Amino acid sequence: MSKPRNGNTLTQEKDQRLEAELFGRRALVILALVVLALLILMGRMAYLQVLNHELFTTLSESNRVKLQPLPPSRGLIYDRNGVLLADNLPSYRLEITPEQVEDMDVILDELRRRIPISDQDIGRFRKLVKRTPAYNGVPLRFGLSDREVAALAVDLHRFPGVEIKADLTRYYPMGKHAAHIVGYVGRIDEKELQRIDPGEYAGSTHIGKIGVERSYEDVLRGRVGYQQVETNAQGRVLRVLEKIPPVPGKNLYLTIDTRLQAVAEQALEGHNGAVVALDPRNGEVLAMVSQPSYDPNPFVNGIDSLTYTALNTSPDRPLFNRALRGVYPPGSTVKPAIGLAGLELGVTDRNRSVFCPGLYRLPGQEHKFRDWKRGGHGRTNLDKAITESCDVYFYDLANNMGIDRLHDYLDQFSLGKPTGIDLLGEKPGLLPSPEWKRKAHKQPWYAGETLIAGIGQGYMLTTPLQLAQMTATLANRGKHFKPRLLYATQDQGTQQITPEAPRPLPDIAVKEIRNWDYVIAGMVNVVHGPTGTAKKIAVDLPYRIAGKTGTAQVFSLGQDEKYDATKLAKELQDHALFVAFAPAEAPRIAVAVIAENGGGGSATAAPIARKIMDAYLRELPPS
Amino acid sequence: MKIPLLGNIGAIDEGTSGLLRRIKLDPPLLLVLLVTSGFGLVILYSAGRQNLDLVLRQGMRLGLGFVLMVVLAQLPPQRLRGWTPWIYLAGTALLVAVDMVGYIGKGAQRWLDLGFIRFQPSEIMKVAVPMMMAWYFADKPLPPRWPHLIIGTVITLAPVVLILGQPDLGTALLVFCSGAFALFLGGLSWRIIFALIGAFAAIAPLFWTFVMHDYQRQRVLTFLDPETDPLGTGYHIIQSKIAIGSGGIYGKGWLHGSQGYLQFLPESSTDFIFAVFAEEFGLFGVGLLLTLYLAIICRSLYIAAQAQDTYSRLLGGSLALIFFVYAFVNTGMVSGLLPVVGVPLPLISYGGTSLVTIMASFGILMSIRAHRKRLSH
Repeated sequence: MSKPRNGNTLTQEKDQRLEAELFGRRALVILALVVLALLILMGRMAYLQVLNHELFTTLSESNRVKLQPLPPSRGLIYDRNGVLLADNLPSYRLEITPEQVEDMDVILDELRRRIPISDQDIGRFRKLVKRTPAYNGVPLRFGLSDREVAALAVDLHRFPGVEIKADLTRYYPMGKHAAHIVGYVGRIDEKELQRIDPGEYAGSTHIGKIGVERSYEDVLRGRVGYQQVETNAQGRVLRVLEKIPPVPGKNLYLTIDTRLQAVAEQALEGHNGAVVALDPRNGEVLAMVSQPSYDPNPFVNGIDSLTYTALNTSPDRPLFNRALRGVYPPGSTVKPAIGLAGLELGVTDRNRSVFCPGLYRLPGQEHKFRDWKRGGHGRTNLDKAITESCDVYFYDLANNMGIDRLHDYLDQFSLGKPTGIDLLGEKPGLLPSPEWKRKAHKQPWYAGETLIAGIGQGYMLTTPLQLAQMTATLANRGKHFKPRLLYATQDQGTQQITPEAPRPLPDIAVKEIRNWDYVIAGMVNVVHGPTGTAKKIAVDLPYRIAGKTGTAQVFSLGQDEKYDATKLAKELQDHALFVAFAPAEAPRIAVAVIAENGGGGSATAAPIARKIMDAYLRELPPS
Repeated sequence: MKIPLLGNIGAIDEGTSGLLRRIKLDPPLLLVLLVTSGFGLVILYSAGRQNLDLVLRQGMRLGLGFVLMVVLAQLPPQRLRGWTPWIYLAGTALLVAVDMVGYIGKGAQRWLDLGFIRFQPSEIMKVAVPMMMAWYFADKPLPPRWPHLIIGTVITLAPVVLILGQPDLGTALLVFCSGAFALFLGGLSWRIIFALIGAFAAIAPLFWTFVMHDYQRQRVLTFLDPETDPLGTGYHIIQSKIAIGSGGIYGKGWLHGSQGYLQFLPESSTDFIFAVFAEEFGLFGVGLLLTLYLAIICRSLYIAAQAQDTYSRLLGGSLALIFFVYAFVNTGMVSGLLPVVGVPLPLISYGGTSLVTIMASFGILMSIRAHRKRLSH
């Protein structure tokens, strides 16, 4: 077409003009080719989508190759002795494949005449139908009873597209016992749909929502399998072409002992509150009670809104895991740890004593910081201060130590930060510091606030789990572990059990090993000393307990608790706290007890702890 | 000069907002790009089985792509022209590096891992080769003479051979096309063009025997008769044809495609996303998408034709046509018209690598458009 031109002989201007023209012609040619290519493409599309539309529709709808997900079976959950906590039971669900149904309303009416189907079920079903491709089965009702299955099976053949499908559903045989630990599974909701990989959950309807079920979801779930099948127009499988079997999830053995859990629940009976028992030697959670509890079973296949509202709005908050998420002022239970800090930092020593007249004043200030004992404790050294829970001694100690050192020392005991337990949703509590107050309240730290921090009041907030962890750390003399619920995992195929290793935390180093002994001796005197605040539980006690009572002044149950004026009187009562470990010489169990509005720690909380320790050390055969 | 067809499209932008001009953006091109990529996200939502995360990630990549475009639009073509040989040499050096690493690692190697970022140097060449071609021919007489032609061929083929060695047929094809387009737009004589086509027909059997890898040969064979191996290599094409064909004229509707949803379609959100789209939106949707692509190509060619120096013209024209090759090879492959080569559907497929190159191309085109006055003598 275009003849070669001799560009060199032309001026730059002319060259540019000619080249631009040449380019323009070539651009038009190539544009024509582009349009031609796109027309060919459209022709191809028309060939596929118009001329051969029916053929491909048939191929798409009938005798098609389907990739079917094979959901894995979820791992079971046991306690440390093999008592079943979460089971899979066969169950039946009613499913409808919309594209095979001519008139959905008629079918639904027919089905409702045979078995009860709530309006809620129908509503959810219709919503799902809109979102799911028409050739996919959509569940209408879960958990059909045998009678319902029988009622439907008689003339199911009259309703093409309606199927009864068998699958496994989660069942928690212990009901509300240990519900806060095990948690529950529920149907996958929209928020979770955004979070999960849909491939991994293909064919699965449920997911761990809370508790161990959620925390160990990845272990329990297993891996989905697939099969390539050839199906006919009705979706019936003609033959399996290829199959990758699913890998079942692992069984979990938890560290808790169901028997001890039951003892702890009974011991706490009548109180809202929490109990946590740890094995200080390895961080295993032996029992974790949050009272009141709830039955997780209704949650599995969708709890009805009435029951849920009742649970959710109850002032006792049964759904709330107090052991993990309830934050309370620790009160005097932190005194042994603060005493240890005083010895270690050289702020006090064993012989140093303070005269306690029943109140304490900062130099140059009028404000009186009162001791719980009106007349005072008189001359008090650290041992007596722990034994009798003398506030004035600890006001003085905290004042001399200063808030920064106090904060940094208690921080080692996992206060004010998550303990790292293998259960999601743990609250960190709060270990106050001037830095924190500046950030959170935009206010300076006052000296008086250091004093009340010294007796575990004021801003300081801890969870029962943290208190148990602190106690275990004291019991094991600074060698401590992350609290742990997973005891072992078991492969469902080979049945092989893999025990879980303890998860050690960095040791708390002390300058003098005797400082542990001194503080622990004070704690033993709390129970066994003639003036100990928990001496009542020492009656007929065949082993030695080291403990510490505490009383937490009540402002609220948790940070998000609503103020309820009608219940003011009851709710204003103090929380009773008791932390302890035993046997004092070679501790095997560390316990923290909180009885909400239970009054004093010695009267209410200490006997609960003793019942648990008696059971664990004396009555229950070792596991 | 005046090209009637392209001039009409160009007229749209007279009198549009000054803000876009100030940031050197061409309003008509920007509009079509935004519409197409927005459309792409909608399709991706369905193709990715309604995974919103996937769409958000892709949306973020698109956003970054548009930012890159705006940044490149600020760069005057003369500046780019000065850098061109260095960019080309650096890109070629990286290709050699990747091939070496691949040789040492005894496997296919396309990625260069710099620790903080992984990228495919071959991707750079999709822009670097047309840049180099435009740079080389900018001060040569056009139509090209024989000696210049030979050097131009070397400029194009050196990276193509390196990329084939990786081996990455799709990218090699695109890079080859980009160089060929530059030559064609530069006025390569028709005699030579026909002679080359004849020569290619002669060389192809040799190429088949000695250069292509087994899997590439297998792909071509499968392409010729996919039905022979429905559960193996032909699976891709058969499934995507079923998806497209069952879509019909009007499509099954958004989110209602059965083939893509059931995971029959391999790579349903990347290379084969067009099949999901054609199933759900039908022939009408396909027509609409191809019209959008055509508008982008027309406008880009118009911008190139309006440029007042050879470098900008050749570069702009080549970039416009590479975009077309993306669209045509992908749709042709998915509909069974062309062999299966890994080329994404531009602005729609999930993935970031080719998106960067595409948006960089449009940044350069925007710059050519914005700086055209200053370049005139």
